[in-house]
Amino acid sequence: MITVTCIAATLAVVPLVVILAYLMKQGAGAVSLDFFTHMPKPVGEAGGGMANAIVGTLILIGIAAAFGLPIGIGAGLYLAEHRGTRLANLVRFLADVLNGLPSIVMGIFAWQFLVRPFGRFTALAGGAALGAMMIPLVSRTTEEMVRTVPQALREAALALGYPRWRTSLQIVLRTSLGGIVTGVLVAVARVAGETAPLLFTAFGNTFWSTSLNQPIAALPLQIFTYAISPYDEWHAQAWAGALVLIGLVLVISVTARFVTRSRHGAGGD
Amino acid sequence: MTHPQLDSAGAPPTPKESRAFTTISLAPSSPAVTRQGAARHLPSIEGSVVADRVYQFALLFFALCVPALLLVIFLEVGRAGWPALHTFGLNFLTTSAWDPVKGQFGAAPAIVGTLLTSLIALVLATPLALGAAIFLSEFSPAWLRQPLSFLIDLLAAVPSVVYGLWAVFFLLPLMRTSIMPFLRDTLHLGATPFFAGPAYGPSVLAAGMILAIMVLPYIAAVSREVLLAVPRAQREAALALGATRWEAITGAVVPYARTGILGGVILGLGRALGETMAVTMVIGNRHEISASLFAPGYTMASLIANEFSEATTDIHISALMAVGFVLLLITLIVNAVARWMVSRMGADVRA
Repeated sequence: MITVTCIAATLAVVPLVVILAYLMKQGAGAVSLDFFTHMPKPVGEAGGGMANAIVGTLILIGIAAAFGLPIGIGAGLYLAEHRGTRLANLVRFLADVLNGLPSIVMGIFAWQFLVRPFGRFTALAGGAALGAMMIPLVSRTTEEMVRTVPQALREAALALGYPRWRTSLQIVLRTSLGGIVTGVLVAVARVAGETAPLLFTAFGNTFWSTSLNQPIAALPLQIFTYAISPYDEWHAQAWAGALVLIGLVLVISVTARFVTRSRHGAGGD
Repeated sequence: MTHPQLDSAGAPPTPKESRAFTTISLAPSSPAVTRQGAARHLPSIEGSVVADRVYQFALLFFALCVPALLLVIFLEVGRAGWPALHTFGLNFLTTSAWDPVKGQFGAAPAIVGTLLTSLIALVLATPLALGAAIFLSEFSPAWLRQPLSFLIDLLAAVPSVVYGLWAVFFLLPLMRTSIMPFLRDTLHLGATPFFAGPAYGPSVLAAGMILAIMVLPYIAAVSREVLLAVPRAQREAALALGATRWEAITGAVVPYARTGILGGVILGLGRALGETMAVTMVIGNRHEISASLFAPGYTMASLIANEFSEATTDIHISALMAVGFVLLLITLIVNAVARWMVSRMGADVRA
């Protein structure tokens, strides 16, 4: 029976290996310098790149972080400092529930809330939708990490006459910074690959645009559009895009893993 | 409030006086002030009280953003879907007609498709995830545990659209040429209505399979954490009674952890129900209930993803919003139940 569980563990890893291998095989040929620096070519022309989508994704991540990180980290600090209170328990529970919210629901909500009233798709709406998805992730990791800060450290700071807010920000938050950065990276990796919340908010854009008030291209959206198209040239571009996207996500995930490991010995969750 | 003595630095005097406190360090009656004198570069205690209040208030504000966001999502999506729910009533959930031109909307096929694909995913993923979790928590050599857990966790980091792309070009052809003919002809399952019909590829079964891969890491991670949280005594007692290692696991460890494992499975269910992109790309998008898993179908999420940009009439948009609202309700309940079950196990899980 030990063998059976061993086989199960092996089988669980097989899809990852198969997907990554297939992705490498299909995408490696299409990824070149052009891919990062050129605009998409029209149908029927090989080559071209996704410069606009790559920049668009970075901009969207920036908006999401600007919006989601303060709220997420603030809520996480609150949860850690008010452990056991009824409100903290409720907020923690709702953060977990929010974490399980389908991304497409976040998409239609953002459309209803931020696109419909203004009558146009914007990068801002897409970034806000992604930011909202970051909040529960960031707040939960922040809480976990702040909890690991020894109580004695807080007491030492307070005994020196540090006010509470400075203790919280300069001692507690700073001590747990490595862990929080990990949480932020994991959250960024997750929203970087999200497509569904962007379908009706950022919408995608075949042209170069960095305006926050206009529709903007995003890597996952572009991959989706190209993947379901009937053109072979676009399929090749979709593979290249997927390889770049997964490279981005994996690099962030692995970095996060090592940041945690060096900080907390056993490493990670 | 672990240090009330620092907060009780006397009744707050006016700001002017408080500044005097810091610089001259008078008022020996207050122990807090003496301490303040020792660290003169710090701001006044009274100023700190105000700053602390502001700080605490800010944290409270951020914390309250979470329930507020959830509430606004709930109300906004509900409000937008209300016209459709009001017009069609219960028929919206039970009928299959989906005709934007005639303004007829029944979401039954999408609801059935969502439940069916999620069920397939759980049936396929649970045994595998549980087996992997047992291996990782009980049998794995120490050097292998971390890397293997990490690889399985990485499955959860792969973006949905990449799964979809892979499924379109790898899984669907494989379904068409091998898996579907194998199930239908070699295993003779084609005799049952569930595996009958032509093997096109895009199908409910394909969606279920890609979902299985996607929820596997969630179930495996939660099960692993829950199994690791089982007290040592539980294992040792079973072993002391003469149980083999395997008997100890099936008789003492897994039953002890079953609530948490079930919670993990339900958490996986929550993921599967709401998964959008990969499913949209492989399910075939046909608004029809079919007994055969080989037939194309729809899920609630893929229905929204596929039609929302093309919806022009108000009632069509409202119908899609209503579908989103139903999906929201189902996933909220499923997630709440899952979280409650996992938290009862006391395991530290952030999947």
